[in-house]
Amino acid sequence: MITETRITIETPEGAELPLTPVGVGARIAAFAIDVLIRAGANIALSVVLGVTGHAGMGVSLIFFFLLEWFYPVVFEVWFNGQTPGKKQLDIAVVNDDGTPVSFAASLLRNLLRVVDFLPMAYVTALVCCMSNAHFKRVGDLAAGTLVVYLGRKREAPALPVDEALPVPADFSTQEQRALLEFAERCPQLSPERQAELASILRPIIGPQQPVHTLLKMANSLLGAR
Amino acid sequence: MKQGQFEQLYASAWQRFDQYLCDLELAPRNAADDVAEEFASLYRRVCHFHAVAKERNYSSYLVDQLSDLVIRGHRQLYRRRTAYVREFLHFFVVEFPQVVRAEQKYLWWASAVFCLPTLIMLLAVYLLPELVYTIMGPESVTNMEEMYNPEHRVIGSAREASTNWYMFGYYINNNISVAFRTFASGLLWGLGSLFFLVYNGLLFGAVSGHMINIAYVDTFFTFVVGHGSFELTAIVISGAAGLKLGMSLLLPGNLTRKASLIAAAKVSIKLIYGVIMMLVVAAFIEAFWSSNNVFMHWQKYLVGASLWVVVIAYLVFGGRRLGSR
Repeated sequence: MITETRITIETPEGAELPLTPVGVGARIAAFAIDVLIRAGANIALSVVLGVTGHAGMGVSLIFFFLLEWFYPVVFEVWFNGQTPGKKQLDIAVVNDDGTPVSFAASLLRNLLRVVDFLPMAYVTALVCCMSNAHFKRVGDLAAGTLVVYLGRKREAPALPVDEALPVPADFSTQEQRALLEFAERCPQLSPERQAELASILRPIIGPQQPVHTLLKMANSLLGAR
Repeated sequence: MKQGQFEQLYASAWQRFDQYLCDLELAPRNAADDVAEEFASLYRRVCHFHAVAKERNYSSYLVDQLSDLVIRGHRQLYRRRTAYVREFLHFFVVEFPQVVRAEQKYLWWASAVFCLPTLIMLLAVYLLPELVYTIMGPESVTNMEEMYNPEHRVIGSAREASTNWYMFGYYINNNISVAFRTFASGLLWGLGSLFFLVYNGLLFGAVSGHMINIAYVDTFFTFVVGHGSFELTAIVISGAAGLKLGMSLLLPGNLTRKASLIAAAKVSIKLIYGVIMMLVVAAFIEAFWSSNNVFMHWQKYLVGASLWVVVIAYLVFGGRRLGSR
């Protein structure tokens, strides 16, 4: 599948680590949250320390420096690879081999934001992210890091049918996923569109009520039987 | 085996694993020993469940659940626990000077690219004083004159302590940011680092030349000599680290450009650790010693010179006997 972004990394245990690199949109959202937090912290600090005169302003300059360069590093290294913004979106920075990001790699990828920023407003990062398969910006390429979705608990979606119908045994995992996603999105599609999509599978599932059959199959995938 | 049977048999194992993960994610540091013992074997079993479920085309919902557990388990199992203090000391006593010496090719180039423009500009401004305005606006020239005016700095009246703190913060923020930019922009095939080195060299040369012209020699050079040893060396090292990044892209050798960049970046970032440390020291000296005017000029030159000896000796002899671990 061309649009498949999942990658697998083989670990020393012989397990295949299924990682999903995070696309541009979610990364921008996470970054925006972090920018707001940093700006808030900066304003709060300069207000609090501003009243203490020159020495306080000196301290607030040091904080400004630390927030600018080390805010992401501290969070990425000591808080599960997640800045607060990334935590909101359930994404995290990892090394290329899937292990938690190391201090050196984290510092490197954050210092190289200077290059990603060029010529303005992170245009380089944007172009770079969109021109490689793993959505890496320049800093990620040099540091050997990756931003991935973290495993999160998914609630089983509520489907509009009760009965369950076993899926044909030769459905691959990919095909099952597609089926499940169809079922999850059904409520947002018009009945005509549902029927149109479901009828693609008519040769396999038979002519009667394709939508209903697919929903029943999805139900069995979720564990109802 | 049917999926139902599979779940009935093993769900308790992966649910227990999930519980461990939740605990570890909440409080990473207090993992009990018995958890640690069972964790690895449970992790291997969950990896196995995941592989089996995928292979047997069990429901994608179950496969995705298990793969989430595998990812989270892997993150916990491969968490690093570094002895930061010991690493830190070892790095500064032994490793940093070693890395600097190993990369001295870049260091010499960076020094040349910084020092030549400095000397040329100094000479040029000395001979043709108005050339100072080619690189600095009239306002900053006036500022500079104000800062080093001997009349403002009557011996015995140092700045207030609170101002020193302000300047310390200012130097930390300003100088380290300059060093970071000098380094990072080296990724642009070395051009960025070259630009910052040349520009800062020209600026430094112009100011020095101007100070000689208006006879503020002593106030200016007693100020600069103190922290210059740390600050100028650090800026040159960050330039060298940037040049290394650039060269790794220009001449990747037998590696792909990406692999070559990753390898070079691993070494360069170590140089940057050292640069940060040196600039913190420099900012401290600059804010609390260089600006201090209680001492005689010869005393300040003497201290400045010994600091240069310290920095050079550190980089030349540091970590020679101990070797690398």
